[in-house]
Amino acid sequence: MTDMLINVENLSRVFDVSKPWLNRVLENDEKKLLTAVNNVSFQINRGETFALVGESGSGKSTIAKLIVGLIGPSAGRIAFDGTEIASQGSVSMRQIRSRLQMIFQDPFASLNPRWRVRDIIAEPIRKFGLADEGDTQDKRVEQLLETVGLSAPDGAKYPHEFSGGQRQRVAIARALSAKPEFIVCDEPTSALDVSVQAQILNLMRDLQDEFGLTYLFISHDLSVVRHMATRIGVLYLGRLVEIADGKTLFSDPQHPYTKMLLDAVPDLEMAGRQRKPVEGEIPNPIDPPSGCAFHPRCPLANARCKTETPELAANGTGEVACFAVEEGRA
Amino acid sequence: MSDVLLSVRDLVVEFPTRRGVLTAVDRVSFDIRRGEVLGVVGESGAGKSMTGSAIIGLIEPPGHIAGGSVHIAGERIDDLPAEAMRKIRGKRIGMVFQDPLTSLNPLYTIAQQLTETIRTHLDMDDRQARARAIELMDEVGIPAASRRIDDYPHQFSGGMRQRVVIALALCAEPQLVIADEPTTALDVSVQSQIIAVLKRMCAEKGTSVMLITHDMGVIAEAADRVAVLYAGRMAEIGPVREVIKDAKHPYTAGLMGSIPTLMQDEDRLTQIPGSMPRLSEIPAGCAFGPRCPKVFDRCRTEQPAVRPVGEREVACHLFDPAMAQ
Repeated sequence: MTDMLINVENLSRVFDVSKPWLNRVLENDEKKLLTAVNNVSFQINRGETFALVGESGSGKSTIAKLIVGLIGPSAGRIAFDGTEIASQGSVSMRQIRSRLQMIFQDPFASLNPRWRVRDIIAEPIRKFGLADEGDTQDKRVEQLLETVGLSAPDGAKYPHEFSGGQRQRVAIARALSAKPEFIVCDEPTSALDVSVQAQILNLMRDLQDEFGLTYLFISHDLSVVRHMATRIGVLYLGRLVEIADGKTLFSDPQHPYTKMLLDAVPDLEMAGRQRKPVEGEIPNPIDPPSGCAFHPRCPLANARCKTETPELAANGTGEVACFAVEEGRA
Repeated sequence: MSDVLLSVRDLVVEFPTRRGVLTAVDRVSFDIRRGEVLGVVGESGAGKSMTGSAIIGLIEPPGHIAGGSVHIAGERIDDLPAEAMRKIRGKRIGMVFQDPLTSLNPLYTIAQQLTETIRTHLDMDDRQARARAIELMDEVGIPAASRRIDDYPHQFSGGMRQRVVIALALCAEPQLVIADEPTTALDVSVQSQIIAVLKRMCAEKGTSVMLITHDMGVIAEAADRVAVLYAGRMAEIGPVREVIKDAKHPYTAGLMGSIPTLMQDEDRLTQIPGSMPRLSEIPAGCAFGPRCPKVFDRCRTEQPAVRPVGEREVACHLFDPAMAQ
């Protein structure tokens, strides 16, 4: 049996995006609800890199925040190594907090500009009591800086003295300082230039081998996901439409949306790839289409797709939520 | 040669600061032929947007063009007074910027913005201009154009807005369109649509395009030739296939290796150590020298000239014919 670390079951998150109460009463408006994550279930095994891909508004970042407990779910549950992840501050959460860390997209916003880098990295060590005396803490910070490819004297600097890529290294060092088993990486390289992105991706892989980390890797960039992920979940308007092994998803995509997404990626291998023109855009998540949310853009949609919502079902080695695949029309 | 539409020679853009003069664009030269799409790539700070802004005379002061020349169809435009330049912008050179929300005025309808631009540059009355605007919106693929033309920008989605911006850039039938990161703010599925529209429109009208982007995939898809900039200098310029498949300059080679692809399996990405120098700290000799795997003594002292290598031009001492001996 595989060793499951994260188990997400029927997770949903609804945001209230209505106007203020008084405006609603005066303008006779109804409450508006945005379902950012809709009945999502997946598992992440120990040591793997599970990636979530999707376009903007597909709910990737909301899932990341739900998993680290930054926001609470509207329905469903998330278990980390058997312990349910609850809201901030609860006793059970405090126990697993250090085992669960996060790297954010924007290294300019995620580091406190008034703190020296060594204090930023030492905060989790102090917070979780991972070092007793001052000098072991300093030593640990130095080690971490070197692990992520910076040098010990860099600890005395402030974040603004670093470039984007170096800042992301600091953010990684901070995440590692709590000795986590699991790191949620929300678009860790989208703010970086490609040559720096390559450095960070290589570093993340090395760290995974060294510390046996498990990653949840969130990105909109399919080629980055392909490079990093062992398994991939594709999101569309808050729902998982396909889960598959990294290689399988790219060689043999099943869901029409996955196919469309793969066709849309501009590629360096220009020669010979027949691409279908992509049609339409992601609908407004406040007012999603009925049935399968993808049906207005789907070449295979029929009457059933407009009324019923497909659920994820086993298909080969992965899972697909599509009636066309289920009925063999794909 | 009459085939060349835009000719940029030894363009220098400088920014005077308290700590001295920063050279954002350093002696960059290139040509764009009629109907050609030239991709310009580089990492942030490489000077690609600055080159584009210099061509249309939109550099923010205190920055200024400190040397070189820009000719469009044989006519020199870099030393024109502001008023004369304003006539060239929009009429002969169209612009598409990254963020469609900031290039459209939120207080005017699409109809007002399109007809205003059309009437400024073409001799048309209001009715003709409106008809032309609807025609253009149709051409860039906006559904129900005659109904949507009276909407405001916020009523359009990101992809549709960028189509409007393309329509706006093309409405005076310019000879050149400068597109600065036109797809960066968009999702991949929309991105491919916008590239297709831009390519089709320019091919139909014979418009040349200067496509500025950091995304090699977009370049591979859309460009005929590509110019790679590094630290404000030209590193390599040539036909897009050659540059991508067989990069000559070590920086281009490193850049290509660092991009994960959908087709190949690679365990590790090639990485270029370090990052691009700040403009205030550009090293002597070759700007890429400190990060270059093939660096040798000459690179540390002498800045390499841009030399022709086959159909390409490369700025690297490794390709100096004198080195071969």
